[in-house]
Amino acid sequence: MASKTKNTMADSVKQLEQIQDGFETLQILNEEGEVVNKAAMPDLADEQLQELMKRMVYTRILDQRSISLNRQGRLGFYAPTAGQEASQLASQFALEKEDFILPGYRDVPQMIWHGLPLYQAFLFSRGHFHGNQIPEGVNVISPQIIIGAQYIQAAGVALGMKKRGAQSVAITYTGDGGASQGDFYEGINFAGAYKAPAIFIVQNNRFAISTPVEKQSAAKTIAQKAVAAGIPGVQVDGMDPLAVYVAVREARERAVNGEGPTLIETLTYRYGPHTMAGDDPTRYRTADLDNEWEKKDPLVRFRKFLESKGIWNEEMENEVIEKAKDDIKDAIKKADEQPKQKVTDLMSNMYEEMPNHLQEQYEIYTEKESK
Amino acid sequence: MAQMTMIQAITDALRVELRNDPNVLVFGEDVGVNGGVFRATEGLQAEFGEERVFDTPLAESGIGGLAIGLGLQGYRPVMEIQFFGFVYEVMDAVAGQMARMRYRSGGTYTSPVTIRSPFGGGVHTPEMHADSLEGLVAQQPGLKVVIPSTPYDAKGLLISAIRDNDPVVYLEHMKLYRSFRQEVPEEEYTIPLGVADVKREGTDLSIITYGAMVHESLKAAEELEKEGHSVEVIDLRTIMPFDIDTIIASIEKTGRAMVVQEAQKQAGIAAQIVAEINDRAILNLEAPVLRVAAPDTVYPFSQAETVWLPNYKDVIETAKKVLTF
Repeated sequence: MASKTKNTMADSVKQLEQIQDGFETLQILNEEGEVVNKAAMPDLADEQLQELMKRMVYTRILDQRSISLNRQGRLGFYAPTAGQEASQLASQFALEKEDFILPGYRDVPQMIWHGLPLYQAFLFSRGHFHGNQIPEGVNVISPQIIIGAQYIQAAGVALGMKKRGAQSVAITYTGDGGASQGDFYEGINFAGAYKAPAIFIVQNNRFAISTPVEKQSAAKTIAQKAVAAGIPGVQVDGMDPLAVYVAVREARERAVNGEGPTLIETLTYRYGPHTMAGDDPTRYRTADLDNEWEKKDPLVRFRKFLESKGIWNEEMENEVIEKAKDDIKDAIKKADEQPKQKVTDLMSNMYEEMPNHLQEQYEIYTEKESK
Repeated sequence: MAQMTMIQAITDALRVELRNDPNVLVFGEDVGVNGGVFRATEGLQAEFGEERVFDTPLAESGIGGLAIGLGLQGYRPVMEIQFFGFVYEVMDAVAGQMARMRYRSGGTYTSPVTIRSPFGGGVHTPEMHADSLEGLVAQQPGLKVVIPSTPYDAKGLLISAIRDNDPVVYLEHMKLYRSFRQEVPEEEYTIPLGVADVKREGTDLSIITYGAMVHESLKAAEELEKEGHSVEVIDLRTIMPFDIDTIIASIEKTGRAMVVQEAQKQAGIAAQIVAEINDRAILNLEAPVLRVAAPDTVYPFSQAETVWLPNYKDVIETAKKVLTF
């Protein structure tokens, strides 16, 4: 290493600037749905492009219906997703079935498209254990409430895959606020040290509840935090489904080829509140900012792009909307039909073999429940 | 049979399980080529390779997350926290995550993790090495907490802990690592979790204890014997779930009991045991159930250990109060 003689401080500042400037935003579709980066275009067939659009439209409807069902008291905990469809669904679209998703609490859509039945997602929202009983062969775990915990766990899942010689990846999501947690850093650093096949996504929607991203860190990008772990970091336009897809697909390829993890920052926005538990974004966000980001809506630009290719129209979109509404109605009905939880159910799920103290309590509650 | 120290019995148990089950992985800070800071994993990496026994970056929380993730992929992780005073760094992974894994997934996923960690006083360690924090983990539904006091128990309990399909915190008292040798079978054997062991039979008083205090209690019992008192010493071995049946059976015989722990009085698990005895055997009691525990201060500066840590003299003093109540 070259030794420094003078102007050490000035050199350090320059070095920082060079690093920060090294993280340019990857974009393929602009707000008008025009391809601005032909070289990076993913190799997707028309049917795949249509499928991605269907999922995004479906999920927007799911968000609208979930908010309204929550307001009617027919859903419980709900973290709105509108605005993040490209970030959430185009990233999941780049996965294979054998890939394992460790979602945060806002990442229910990825789980659904990876195979979690919709009625179980609703049961998760309501607070019923059956919502978390993931069907065999669906490689997801229920949404993580402790921000950052999913990151260290993802490093472990990825190392497990590597040890098994599997051609799959662990993918996990957090938000811009989450990138301030210790577990965020430990997760990417462990995966880096073990060269484990993990994809770490930070969905930077600019706000952690009311705290703007500028108050989380002096770092200009979140993607550059990858440097601390010695792994590649990519910043993408998180409102651009094609850019998100390409970034994840490439990270996946590197991972399954044994080249280690990648950190991907998606620049996105949530149009709704933080959660439905009384958060009011007008307290901390301006209408101007909302308007600016509504122009970037991932559905708008992708619709324009597909229409320009002649593979999307209003009729197709309405079909998806109707299908979504029907599915949601059926799923809520199925969630309603789920038997109520009993204390004995909760006890049965604690250990493989019930210890004596729990067995005693089990008998007491069995008696209570029989009355 | 071989004469083993507790640390040798632990290494032996790890070797047995690494041989038995290809899913067993041993990892932590300096457990690989170095063989662990106490030599608990000595020779294991050489025998089983870096894929099975490996070092981690210096981050307890990350180690906990690694164990959870590996558990989700069908492995059976045996992770080490170098000293249990560092558990605060990994409290979420242990108590907030792996303890809840089976419950929160409705039985879909488990965390078959064993957390090995040294603790305990009397060897003049620096800050945050010797603290008795078993009370914290004993309060987390979903965990089991094991504390052996002999080489024989250490091996059988560790094999059981590793084979258990739910998370087990296995705490190793540093003072007991090499303080004495005992006959330990070379072949594999298990000791069921949640089952106490009567280390000494008696008819006048039941002492319920665990960890290094088992030996202080045995020493006290010998002294008390000279004065004509027959003392029964129950080594809990597993402090959560603890073996209430053995405790009550003993009290039905003796009519008097006390609980001895190294942790501060406001910590540990003595209060929980006293409460269970009061619930179940009050009519058998000739005297209140008293506790021997450390003062409610922060763990002592190392030079103050001798005046602070409970020892056999404290046990004798309290035993006499119970016996003469």
